[in-house]
Amino acid sequence: MTAFVNHLGFEFRSGLKSATSMLMFYLFPIGFYALMGLVMVEINPDFAELLIPSMVLVTLMAGTLLGLPAQFVEAREAGIYRSFKVNGVPATSIVAIPVVASAFHGVIGSAFIASTAGAFFGAVVPVDWMAFSLLTVLSAFVFGALAALIGVVSTSGRATVLWSQLVFLPSMLIGGLMLDLELIPEGMRWFSKLLPTTYAMQAYRGLAFDSSTVIDGPMSAGVLAAGGGLAAGLAVALFSWDRKNATQRFHPAWAVVAILPYLAGAFLT
Amino acid sequence: MGETERITTDLDDHIPVALEVSNLRKTYADLVAVDGISFTVRRGEIFGLLGPNGAGKTTTLECLEGLRRADAGRLDVLGVDPTNDPSRLNKLIGVQLQASGLPSTMSCADAMRFFCSYHGVEPRWDLLEAFGLLEHEANRYDELSTGLQRRLALTLAIAHEPQVLILDEPTAGLDVASRTELHRVVRELSDQGTTVLLATHDMAEAERMTDRVAIMLRGQIVATGSPRDLTATADGLTKVSVRSERNTLFDDLDLPAVVQHSASDGYAVVFTADIAATVTSIIDALDAAGDPLIDLRVERPSLEERFLELTSVP
Repeated sequence: MTAFVNHLGFEFRSGLKSATSMLMFYLFPIGFYALMGLVMVEINPDFAELLIPSMVLVTLMAGTLLGLPAQFVEAREAGIYRSFKVNGVPATSIVAIPVVASAFHGVIGSAFIASTAGAFFGAVVPVDWMAFSLLTVLSAFVFGALAALIGVVSTSGRATVLWSQLVFLPSMLIGGLMLDLELIPEGMRWFSKLLPTTYAMQAYRGLAFDSSTVIDGPMSAGVLAAGGGLAAGLAVALFSWDRKNATQRFHPAWAVVAILPYLAGAFLT
Repeated sequence: MGETERITTDLDDHIPVALEVSNLRKTYADLVAVDGISFTVRRGEIFGLLGPNGAGKTTTLECLEGLRRADAGRLDVLGVDPTNDPSRLNKLIGVQLQASGLPSTMSCADAMRFFCSYHGVEPRWDLLEAFGLLEHEANRYDELSTGLQRRLALTLAIAHEPQVLILDEPTAGLDVASRTELHRVVRELSDQGTTVLLATHDMAEAERMTDRVAIMLRGQIVATGSPRDLTATADGLTKVSVRSERNTLFDDLDLPAVVQHSASDGYAVVFTADIAATVTSIIDALDAAGDPLIDLRVERPSLEERFLELTSVP
């Protein structure tokens, strides 16, 4: 337990010392939040309902999907994981701790947004703060696990950018962040349901804001949790200490299995 | 290269075996990196793996460290199979890797706390001090020189007092003072009962530090033995150079056990298979001729010469 706390503390402090992490966890999402609060709510007053959950999800995605995968690749290529292995650091800790540390940062940024959006931009605030908090932690875990999975299976920094953007960009466009799922054209909606943000937004709306939803709130939270759990499990199973000496138990292509809960959600809802 | 050349040593068979490698084989696609090697290391022994680049030294060490899975053969580190029981292995061994790293933002103090907590021991600040790292304890890993990074790696490897220490090119990038300090520490650990397995290119280091070495070439062990025994068996000959006032030996080099002789820089040089007989007869001959001895040198080939002889491609 001491080792876990020590490791977590180190990772969290590293995030504070890293310019990239500070940019991804705080500067970029909070700047984006300020811009959206100032402009988007003026253009589309209905966006006030989406501002808090969507900006929280942007914060969590930026910190995890855009920052974490490259860290995994760099650490592996620099031989850091080899050092960790020979000194008894288990693979589970190597995968889990950066995810938990990034979730902490994400939650701090999210707390700032949630606590200021109502006063600054007239955003609609959650009616159930407990549900909102739990969903924020769950979302942080889901995106952290996805980011870890991308980092674990990517062979280079370029590959991490490619895979991360494959999740990040569609999420921004059709993942319910800018437009509620209800307003997304019917033909596009099925693809929206392959994205974790869609379920996160639906869960927020149904459980924390008591708003109408296309997908049932608890169902959305369930799909999200299943997606996060599966991604985390795959990240641990597919983890390799180094690329050259890989003695992987499974082929990295198994990572695509992470889409299954969302695929099931798309067919069932 | 033919069969392994085994040199007898005065190793005490009563000392238990700490590390056993039996018919280890490891391939990468078509490349056979390690080709069925076997050796044992006894407790408290300093055992060196020597060989040119690509000989299979690092692969052998990494199989023992649990970083690579052997294709065939048996590995035993104090009764633990490195592949199947990594958590037990990590408690028993300390490792300094040839190529490794730490997070750039990790300071020496962070690293000490971090790894000691995973080993379940208190941080060893005394080791940081002993290796001259205490004054750099707040420095980030990427601010340390290569020498300091290697010193830190060694400090972390021994912080949990492992029973077996595995060092891969431990002195690469170290200055003379750090090298000497490392030799002293490794010898001290060995005296306290730690078994040391090291891979090195540095023949002088191997000759000075190790109790026994195995010379590897193309994945095979071509010779094993103590550095002294290995060097003594180079062609079975020892070089004796003699200088006297009147150089009477130049006229008569018909001495017992001498197989070659020549003259060089005022010295009569002979190669002998029996040092004692040759030296005694040289002194007797000079005595009889009334030619006072000025200098007499007995030179064994260095480990480096022996290494080159064994690893030279025919």
